Amino acid sequence: MQPQWIDYTIIIIYFIFVLGIGFLLKNYMKTSTDFFLSGRSIPAWITGLAFISANLGAQEVIGMGASGAKYGIATSHFYWVGAVPAMLFVGIFMMPFYYGSRARSVPEYLKLRFDEKTRGLNAISFAVMTVFSSGVSMYAMGKLLQLLLGWDFNFSIIISALIVLAYTFLGGLTSAIYNEVLQFFLIVIGFIPLVFLGLMDVGGWDGLQAKLATESVARGYAPGALTDSWRFMGSAGANPMGVEWFGLVMGLGFVLSFGYWCTDFLVVQRAMAAESMTSARRTPLIAAFPKMVFPFLVILPGMLAISVGSTTSQSNPVAVVRSNAADLSNVPTQGIIPAKIDEATGKPVLSKDGKYQFDYDLAIPKMLEKYFPAGMLGLGLCALLASFMSGMAGNTTAFNTVWTYDIYQSYLNRGASDQHYLWMGRMATVFGLAVSIAAAYVAKQFNNIMDVLQLVFAFVNAPLFATFMLGMFWKRATGHGAFFGLLGGTLAAAVHHGLTLPAGSGAGVKGGFLGPVVHIYPSEMAQNFWTAIFAWTTCFVITILISLLTRPRPEEELKGLVYSLTPKLKDEGLSWYQKPALLALVVIVLLVLLNLIFW
Amino acid sequence: MGLDIRIPIGLMFTILGLLLTSYGVITGSNEMYPRHSLGININLWWGLATLAFGVIMLLFGRRRTSANKPAARSPEGRAVEEMEHRKGLEH
Repeated sequence: MQPQWIDYTIIIIYFIFVLGIGFLLKNYMKTSTDFFLSGRSIPAWITGLAFISANLGAQEVIGMGASGAKYGIATSHFYWVGAVPAMLFVGIFMMPFYYGSRARSVPEYLKLRFDEKTRGLNAISFAVMTVFSSGVSMYAMGKLLQLLLGWDFNFSIIISALIVLAYTFLGGLTSAIYNEVLQFFLIVIGFIPLVFLGLMDVGGWDGLQAKLATESVARGYAPGALTDSWRFMGSAGANPMGVEWFGLVMGLGFVLSFGYWCTDFLVVQRAMAAESMTSARRTPLIAAFPKMVFPFLVILPGMLAISVGSTTSQSNPVAVVRSNAADLSNVPTQGIIPAKIDEATGKPVLSKDGKYQFDYDLAIPKMLEKYFPAGMLGLGLCALLASFMSGMAGNTTAFNTVWTYDIYQSYLNRGASDQHYLWMGRMATVFGLAVSIAAAYVAKQFNNIMDVLQLVFAFVNAPLFATFMLGMFWKRATGHGAFFGLLGGTLAAAVHHGLTLPAGSGAGVKGGFLGPVVHIYPSEMAQNFWTAIFAWTTCFVITILISLLTRPRPEEELKGLVYSLTPKLKDEGLSWYQKPALLALVVIVLLVLLNLIFW
Repeated sequence: MGLDIRIPIGLMFTILGLLLTSYGVITGSNEMYPRHSLGININLWWGLATLAFGVIMLLFGRRRTSANKPAARSPEGRAVEEMEHRKGLEH
């Protein structure tokens, strides 16, 4: 990929606007509430778009494209099963407590509802996870830009971190949210022509289906396995994901999805910044509309990448940067996706049975290279950079808020002036990003450490939704119950993972590290879904048991925090399109239709 | 908060749209279009679409600023205030 002057001009214009927004907002940051919560003054359409944009990091875009190439249309389950229902739930049922309690963060809600130790556990694990995940995605992006464009790894990381630092340092959450909206449009506008050109090239959806049927049979599945989302979910062996419908719906659709969208401060913070209760409730509902159609923007390019032929000279980027690469002219490609090359030896990576592996993460970059001439290529690269920066800014603003309010103000320096906390927020932005950069270099040196860390994070996250569900809908749940439920759930996740393995893997990060392997799952994904199910159930049961044995808080203290003790909201005086319940209904109808069309 | 985000968004996409469109016009017969984008001058056409999006955003942003007057100054505003008064929605 060789960007021209025009492409760089487009990227520079984008950088100027991103920084400009930060500078323009600088003077509005007068109090800590302005900086961390945008003064709770942002209209719903803006918080709504920011809500999905913060989640739309580079790993999401690149990863969903890769999954599209690997699993086909079934990847849409990550949206239609694994996101939208949870987004409706958080908007309709949970936002009244998040927004209504005036908590400034998700851990702070836990403090109001349960107790200090539950908040501390959540705040500290969230803060650590956020900076490290940010570092991991920084590393992934730096590597990708190096591979594709030949940009220096250090340069890519430092320049993007500095830009994100500048605009979040100056304009706080508002700046991050405004830029997320800008980035949202950039991603949409950058990716539409890619899908359009790709579809035209293969002869529309019918042409794509025909091409993928051949590919599907070649991989040993039924012809429709890559283009039907539900038909082959009956048994794990019949679909490329290797999961069955129950694990999918319960593991992904319930535990993981609700755990992320309903409790992750990264997204919930956007709704907390909304100007009113109805705006806060509408935030995830408005976000659900674009979220529903995003599969067409990010998954389709992946599916197209394995169906279109390589017409232009397709060089293998890994082979180009490695001087010791072996002759790769006879190594096959899958569509335009090159075979995976071992970075150390320069030879193709083979699976146990001697088959070539493919570098699916290159699906979207390869599509950009194939279909975009100079000019559009700049816009496409901008969209990639935008997704990277919106993810990073989301992590940064969530981290600085949790650090300042839930760790610094709660445990280190109580009762300082508001100006001091505003200052601390800015400092937290700086050192949060500094730690992320350090983590990116650690990831570069020791890939395994990061894999282990991400595994630990998955264990911590898995049980979370049980705690919130019981906290919000069962007034008897107690702080001790919540705390030990969370610990128990995390432990259960670790034990389940340690006793099982995905098919074809050895003991280690993939599981089985506790010795005896009790169960072998057909795929890593199935194993992850079931780990989540075990963690959630354990947390749910332990929280209930310990709650029943400990003294509940007086009902008076729980008003506005628990469903049965909070007056129901009335939506009178709103136009029909502003009513959360009606919006949710529209989303549900569309969701059912989409699932039926691509059944 | 202070800044209407539609203005910078509109401005950026207007500039990018103009840039792409004019680049498309200059490079109209370039061999990169048959090679990459199926012979379609995607810079020209998508540049125009981007431009249109930018201009629409700018118009929306402008409209709000000009309509952002005290409610009592317009008949609709007075009607809304009256309705709110009747329902007791004022705060």
